Amino acid sequence: MTADLSLLTAREIRDGIEARDFTATEMVEASLSRVSTVEGDVHAFNQITPGLAFAAAARIDAMADAGEPLPPLAGVPTAFKDNMNLRGTNTTCSSRILQDYESVYDCTAVRRMLAAGVLPVGKCNMDEFAFGSSTENSAFGPTHNPWDLDRVPGGSSGGSAAAVSAGMAVLSLGSDTGGSIRQPGALTGTVAMKPTYGRVSRFGIVAFASSLDQIGPFSKTVDECGLALNAICGKDMLDATSVDLPDEDFTSGMREGVQGLRIGVVRDLLELEGCDPRVRDAVRATVEGLEHMGALVGEVDLPSCQYGMPAYYIIGPAEASSNLARFDGIRYGHRVPDAEDVMDLYLRSRAEGFGPESIRRIMLGTYALSAGYYDAYYGQAQKVRTLIIRDFERAFADYDVLVTPTTPTTAFKLGEKAADPVSMYLSDVFTIPVNLAGIPAVSVPCASIDGLPVGIQLMGAHFNESTLLRVGYAIESMSDFDPVPPLVKTGV
Amino acid sequence: MSISEEQVRHVALLARLGLSDEQIASVGVELNDILVQIDRIQSLDLAGVEPTTHAAEVVNVTRPDVVRPCLLREEALRNAPEQQDGAFLIPKFGG
Repeated sequence: MTADLSLLTAREIRDGIEARDFTATEMVEASLSRVSTVEGDVHAFNQITPGLAFAAAARIDAMADAGEPLPPLAGVPTAFKDNMNLRGTNTTCSSRILQDYESVYDCTAVRRMLAAGVLPVGKCNMDEFAFGSSTENSAFGPTHNPWDLDRVPGGSSGGSAAAVSAGMAVLSLGSDTGGSIRQPGALTGTVAMKPTYGRVSRFGIVAFASSLDQIGPFSKTVDECGLALNAICGKDMLDATSVDLPDEDFTSGMREGVQGLRIGVVRDLLELEGCDPRVRDAVRATVEGLEHMGALVGEVDLPSCQYGMPAYYIIGPAEASSNLARFDGIRYGHRVPDAEDVMDLYLRSRAEGFGPESIRRIMLGTYALSAGYYDAYYGQAQKVRTLIIRDFERAFADYDVLVTPTTPTTAFKLGEKAADPVSMYLSDVFTIPVNLAGIPAVSVPCASIDGLPVGIQLMGAHFNESTLLRVGYAIESMSDFDPVPPLVKTGV
Repeated sequence: MSISEEQVRHVALLARLGLSDEQIASVGVELNDILVQIDRIQSLDLAGVEPTTHAAEVVNVTRPDVVRPCLLREEALRNAPEQQDGAFLIPKFGG
């Protein structure tokens, strides 16, 4: 019988292979078996990579056969967002402009996961160039939420979230510029972390907004989130913004409990119009649970965070318009075959290759940076960013962890917000300030409403991921949330 | 602030996007919808507030000046839409 990956944790897989209870090769088979039953409905992947996965598994099995100690994530089927380069795969960013792009080097975070022993099972669908909150902006069709196939998995890392939620992978990596890990994490009932800016090298990821982007993991449990962080964090010579800190085991203090920890509920964000009262209640109930476990709970306001969304929709597109200038049809990517001259080649290759949301963001960013508007838009947004950072600094003087819902609502229906960019943008209202401040945050499932998961967002001061995992672990231990969606249970 | 059709055309040229008249019209409407949201920060008095370009405090990161392996020419050219004699091939400039 094929193993059920939705019931195995990363630790159990590694230890099971080391104890010779099963093999890494069987883990690839388990992943492919689940792919064959659910991927047709979910569409989490742009590319499945059995060749790479079986080759990695053979190496792990040879180590197990030789009685060698196995690396910490040995044999763990893992998926990567399709904006991360991995040799032997295409890296498409779910865009027509990169449809046939072959990776010629490895993303550092991917390389580190492979060094920790994971099996690369595929590259995940995403909103084109990570522009979106539903994965509907993929040129290759949307991903469906495993909890309800008529609903979105969130985005932009929706494929990475759905792959783990549906048990096709045990871990995955996504990238988060304004909520693109945490928001799909919340909507799919997975643990989803955006580490501190600088914790994880951005080398080898296709850049969206370089001052905001950060790579992070999806998993079913908080412990596995810590294990993945252990693997990917650290200084990289190839990313000058990566930070040199001593190695840390993010899982070691996880079980210490929340006694005496100061937890601040962000009152003004929680009361924001547009937040489903049931989501608000679920978050409040979770915080009460933490209080019963000994946490010191209070309330705090972050008054400048209401300006996070407008500031983000200047800074994000401004940086994106600059980063995406490289897709010009000269060195790689889509090129019209019949260009008259170089300008004609640029204009038509880019207009044909980019989808509607990419065009919207490039246009917005180019406008915001153009002569005469720079100070009014970009300059002003950078000052708002300073105010948001100050808000957080004040709050972290009094609290160890700040709490909001991760998203204002549970998963919405496919097509529901697709025609209205502004309402789509609002689904990231709680997550955006975190990127502007560069702090870490994790979404942990805390409840479900009408069969759909609710995520609570835990935010910490720079480099304080371990405290977030400690609180996350406490939430996980007291919650009766079952991270396995019914689709998978009936599919077995 | 709102953006005129003429401005949309100018920005599209700056961004090297050859948009159709239809796209120019629809992008103009969408940008104005977004700019309404963004205008909420235009009215804030932020005189004296320092801008933040980066949330991480790192300056002047250098590495030892030693030769390291880098992307081979054939790898760099792997995804070239057109190439010739080990170089990227492009159509003529100007016109």
